[in-house]
Amino acid sequence: MTETQATPFRIAWYKFKQRKTALVAGIFIVLLVLVAVLAPVIAPYDPYAINYSLSKLPPSAEHWAGTDLYGRDILSRILYGARISLAVGLTSVLAGALAGVALGLVSGFFGGFLDGLIMRTSDVLFAFPGILLAIAIVAILGPGLVNVVVAVSVFSLPTFARIVRGSTLALKESLYVRAARSIGASRKRIMFVHIMPGTLSGVIVYFTMRIGTSIITAASLSFLGLGAQPPTPEWGAMLAESRDYIGVADHMTIFPGVAIFLTVLFFNLFGDGLRAALDPKLK
Amino acid sequence: MLKYFLKRCASIVPVLVVVSVLACGFVRLLPGDPARMMAGPDADAATIQMLRAQLGLDRSLPVQYVAYMGNVLRGDLGLSLKTKLPVFQEISLRYLPTMFLAVAGMAWSLLFGVFFGAVAAIYNGKWQDHAAMLISVSGISLPQFWLGLLAIQLFAVHLGWAPVAGFTGKWSELVLPSFTLGATVAAIMARFTLSAFLDVLNEEYISTARAKGVPERRVMWKHAFRNALIPVVTMAGLQFGFLLGGSVVVETVFAWPGLGRFMIEAVAVRDYPVLQALLLLYSFHFVFINLLVDMVYALINPEIRFE
Repeated sequence: MTETQATPFRIAWYKFKQRKTALVAGIFIVLLVLVAVLAPVIAPYDPYAINYSLSKLPPSAEHWAGTDLYGRDILSRILYGARISLAVGLTSVLAGALAGVALGLVSGFFGGFLDGLIMRTSDVLFAFPGILLAIAIVAILGPGLVNVVVAVSVFSLPTFARIVRGSTLALKESLYVRAARSIGASRKRIMFVHIMPGTLSGVIVYFTMRIGTSIITAASLSFLGLGAQPPTPEWGAMLAESRDYIGVADHMTIFPGVAIFLTVLFFNLFGDGLRAALDPKLK
Repeated sequence: MLKYFLKRCASIVPVLVVVSVLACGFVRLLPGDPARMMAGPDADAATIQMLRAQLGLDRSLPVQYVAYMGNVLRGDLGLSLKTKLPVFQEISLRYLPTMFLAVAGMAWSLLFGVFFGAVAAIYNGKWQDHAAMLISVSGISLPQFWLGLLAIQLFAVHLGWAPVAGFTGKWSELVLPSFTLGATVAAIMARFTLSAFLDVLNEEYISTARAKGVPERRVMWKHAFRNALIPVVTMAGLQFGFLLGGSVVVETVFAWPGLGRFMIEAVAVRDYPVLQALLLLYSFHFVFINLLVDMVYALINPEIRFE
């Protein structure tokens, strides 16, 4: 009774359903980007404006998400925070992807000593949980948002390298690459024109999946005091400031966290849908 | 079998060497002069020079490495710059609380992860499946520090069911932090259990069992569930490292007297000997966990051994 037959209709419907969630998530991501870009226009207050007479006000008609210790409007700070989280998430994954794709291509295409070196290094990086690696890197570079971006990109790099290396190895032996080689295409041309595009579907899927994790990691580092410094309206840093007022001003803890959660959730759902649509290995 | 084990054990030696070189070289990468940091702002050049000699910083890198590792093997990890106490002593005080937290977190994640994953697999395609996977994807999207803050807010402050933070050895203090720590891994385990379960359900022996008239409930629990658990247990081992990493955040939220919070404190005040020792300790743990998982996996799955 619980057995589901994999009829073509069912598969198509399953994929469609997956894509529908992804579609909704995608729309929310577009909205989020708009919010980030338009933050100065739509934010009701200045996110840095301190007013002690408004300290720790609960949500109201004037301040939808309440105010923080310094009387700053939390909603405005969250809207501005979207800029930081999206920028950090996108740039760190982009940096990791660019470096990872390059290393993976080189590793898979040339093989030999270089391949061994790159893959062993990525093994060592893999042995560390991302957050510890990021903390170690921030310890070297010093706290700050830019250094957080560096730290977070380093830990998504090895996976990109592996994905690209894997598909490069497969594509290198494919008929059309051998044909290209036999008509005398240069190595550079084979690598970038013939092989690289073939590796991109895996890269795109992992790219979207990774943004969510990177946003969480960056926010965690800011929460730990290693990333964005006060008074920057960064979501993780806002939560760190809320810690001392749990039970006194609960709204300070709730709203920035909801912002992180929903942002990451949309990216994860979007990535899931994309994987369902693009990954042939997935049923 | 023995040959595989020996080969696998030998393979970690170069990794351990690389990792320990990195942990030692780490101090050299840090900006600023550790000796100057230790001596404080008022120290004169002679004192700094003396400290540098004392720390072995005036010697070449390979000599420093050998000296440091020699000391490590004798249990001497140096003195903490902040507390002036032996790092070994500081770490041993905090080791067990972190391990309690990680093991309890693993228990939660196995409990919930396997439950939701199995539900999703048994009701594949039905609403239960979608509900379980929605919970799972939400769990992956939840920042641990926020979950911890919410748990404190609800269960400790408003309901008063659990202590707010800290650890003095009572079980009740372990509940909220370990649950928070296990939540993300539970979500990962649920997805993994689902796919492992579905793989097993496609096996021929499941069709055989069904064909010969074994009741569906029995097929699920006796034939499918048990076999699906093998990769799940392996995965759990690999996730233990992730739990140790996550404990850095969770320990900070719950003021847990463990290694993770110690590390953050050490980063904040640039306590190099502590950072160095912790990096070494963590990486050795990860390497050994991976080794252990591989060996257990080889024990369960003979195919691996003959590769």
